Amino acid sequence: MIRSALIIALIVVGVFFLTVGTIGLLRLPNVYNRMHATSKPTTLGTAAIFLAGFVSFGPGNEGLTSLIGIAFLFLTVPTGAHMIARSAHRSGVPFEDSVVWPDKSTDESEGEGELEQSETADESSSDA
Amino acid sequence: MSDDPAVLEWTVRTALILVSGLCLLCGYRVVQGPTTPDRVVALDAIATNVVAIAVLFALQTGRGLFITVSLVLAIIGFIATVAVAKFVTEGEIIE
Repeated sequence: MIRSALIIALIVVGVFFLTVGTIGLLRLPNVYNRMHATSKPTTLGTAAIFLAGFVSFGPGNEGLTSLIGIAFLFLTVPTGAHMIARSAHRSGVPFEDSVVWPDKSTDESEGEGELEQSETADESSSDA
Repeated sequence: MSDDPAVLEWTVRTALILVSGLCLLCGYRVVQGPTTPDRVVALDAIATNVVAIAVLFALQTGRGLFITVSLVLAIIGFIATVAVAKFVTEGEIIE
């Protein structure tokens, strides 16, 4: 009885966070804000539902798979969101009014490799 | 999984319906999204929702296979997002 109560609680929490993430995706003005909505609560909601799966299937091989799923989601969704943010910025999606990228000169450097942190650091501090 | 109280069955079924509805709402952003990264974000949200649906389906039918399915869906969703993000950076200019 306790087990199914726990499963129900976890499912309710999971669906709540998924709803929050989706509402954030629809309501927020800019692609960067929307990314906060889809990466954080959606991952939390899916992790809660994975936990419900773990409780329901016990620590056997399925339960272990759901724990691995939680760890995998926590590693990959932020990375994906970062990739989208960078590609959005690179392809020219403007920020909200008062936001500016810390080191402006990395836009011109096409190659991902050589980011001259030292040079951009003092340049951004000089014009900040 | 034999002695499932009815309330657990009902909860899992309602959760499945709700999350499927959420996926449809994300579909609105896919269609409406002004810029391409918006659509990539919405599709990433749909992918994560489908992972949740797979786990809920595992709970409903009691078969452990669908937990593995959800893990594979998470992997594929991540790779798709990274690939599209890279494509948007190299390939397309937002007019």
